[in-house]
Amino acid sequence: MSISFLTRPAAGNGADDAEVVGRVWEALRSVRDPELDADVVSLDFVASVELTSTGPGSGHVAHVSLRLPTYFCAPNFAFLMVADAWDAVSTVDGLVDVEVVLIDHFASEAINAGVAARAGFVSSMAGTEVGEAVSELHELRRTFTERALMAGTDLVVRPLMRDGATPEQVAAMTLADAPPSADLDRLRARRQELGIPSEDTDPLVVDPSGATVGVDALPLHLRKARSYQVGVDANTSICRGQLAVRYGL
Amino acid sequence: MYEKNGEKYFVVDSHMHYWDASPENWVEGAEQYAKGWIECFHAYQGLGPAETHQPIEEFQRVSEDQLMREVFEEGYVDKAIFQSTYLREWYKNGFNTTERNGSLFEKHPDKFIVNTRFDPRDGDKGMREFEENTKRFGAIGAKLYTAEWNGDSRGFKLTDPEAYRFLERAQELGIKNIHVHKGPTIWPLDKDAFDVSDVDHAATDFQGLNFIVEHVGLPRIEDFCFMATQEPNVYAGLSVVIGGLMHARPKFFAKVMGELLFWVGEDKMTFGSDYNIWTPRWQIEGLVDWDYPSDEFSDYPRLGTEGKKKILGLNAAKLYGIEVPEECRLPAPGEGAQLVDEREVAQA
Repeated sequence: MSISFLTRPAAGNGADDAEVVGRVWEALRSVRDPELDADVVSLDFVASVELTSTGPGSGHVAHVSLRLPTYFCAPNFAFLMVADAWDAVSTVDGLVDVEVVLIDHFASEAINAGVAARAGFVSSMAGTEVGEAVSELHELRRTFTERALMAGTDLVVRPLMRDGATPEQVAAMTLADAPPSADLDRLRARRQELGIPSEDTDPLVVDPSGATVGVDALPLHLRKARSYQVGVDANTSICRGQLAVRYGL
Repeated sequence: MYEKNGEKYFVVDSHMHYWDASPENWVEGAEQYAKGWIECFHAYQGLGPAETHQPIEEFQRVSEDQLMREVFEEGYVDKAIFQSTYLREWYKNGFNTTERNGSLFEKHPDKFIVNTRFDPRDGDKGMREFEENTKRFGAIGAKLYTAEWNGDSRGFKLTDPEAYRFLERAQELGIKNIHVHKGPTIWPLDKDAFDVSDVDHAATDFQGLNFIVEHVGLPRIEDFCFMATQEPNVYAGLSVVIGGLMHARPKFFAKVMGELLFWVGEDKMTFGSDYNIWTPRWQIEGLVDWDYPSDEFSDYPRLGTEGKKKILGLNAAKLYGIEVPEECRLPAPGEGAQLVDEREVAQA
């Protein structure tokens, strides 16, 4: 038996299956494109979620297909997303197995086989037609989380400055001084991933190493933060545009 | 030349192509890459105005007549600079070789400038080809595609020792301008393809060369911007920036332009249509009409008529020593883009 859901199902018929599929979609929301700092569901990178079942009471197998804006999108980021999707969906209750595949990509075969075998990036690429990789992706992930921290700083701090906060005031602010927002939550999350303290009493503006930014360095720091945010925005718009053209969305 | 409201704009399209991506040119066994590549380009075209979209068959290889019409008759371009992209791993005769571009240059020598290219991984044979093409077409520019596949390699850096050997030779041959592709479409496997630190080093070490970073390192424009502020001989090539964003995402286009104007400045930005991904006409008309869409951008530098004239042609004309008609020049000679020799003289 196979149930296919191209979009998130409404509760109702087949409620059990629908509930499991809903949980898979929710789990996928925790998977992000490290470059765009956005989750794969809102980016429309999830082509389909499908459940199969081997028999009554035996549990479900989830099959997730991911797609990207172009055939040549960065294979390293693609690998991270497929591996992260696998990890995220594996935590969903009611599944006995998980399959995640990347479709329509020049390195699909190598990435899918590598992730399925729980192999690292280097050994996944070794001996394949798409070429040899020389390093694992931990450093790449960290680099992009640092960039996300910078871009996120712009989203949180620029509104404060627009409302009249001075550099002196901003430099003295803690995380608790910024009004609650989704952007603030995300900034805290990125700080945590980088091992940077993110309690209410911790400083609002830090650099990617976690160091406090003094008032003298603040204007340039924020100017750079804005540039990072513009970069993410521009990149996201190109990616969304290409995905829409490619899949007629 | 483009004229609007009594202002005359001399147009240099400093980044365009004459490619052959038709199936007859696909390498056997690598068809999926050749097909994937051109489909990727075609999707970029989708970000331009609908009336400019072409069917994939036409897009794969435009005729000479179509190119001449779209670039020069309809497209206002006074001088077009061919940039080479070889991709011989995927295309039998190459995708867009110096020779193929040169065939049009030889028919229309007043219309085109041909830039050559090198790939440091091609060794002595590649060096000979680079030397021959540079001499044959009188090239003073070269395009480097650092993410290109070559045998088992999936990319190179300008700082590789072999690349330095080629850059040294390029200077000796009279090359002035190195256009470096830092942007979409193809990514090396595990490196960050947009890492511009190699350009940073090369620009410091080769003061006799200008480095025009095509596609401004998109999607890492901030790294490019921070680097470009440090290096007087680094320029922003606007191919893809205008074509990919101005029509499809005007708000983001405004932000990117604001960033570039802030960090790099209008004296160091050059227009390139990226033909045949996009035709030049709508890009030129749009840029001349362009302004920030709202007050949200009030802290970015403005771009006036003079700046638009520089970006659309006057900057590239300086980099390539192209004669600009009197009526299109700026009233007073500004600083800004210069042939490297002139800059050196000015600095001495």
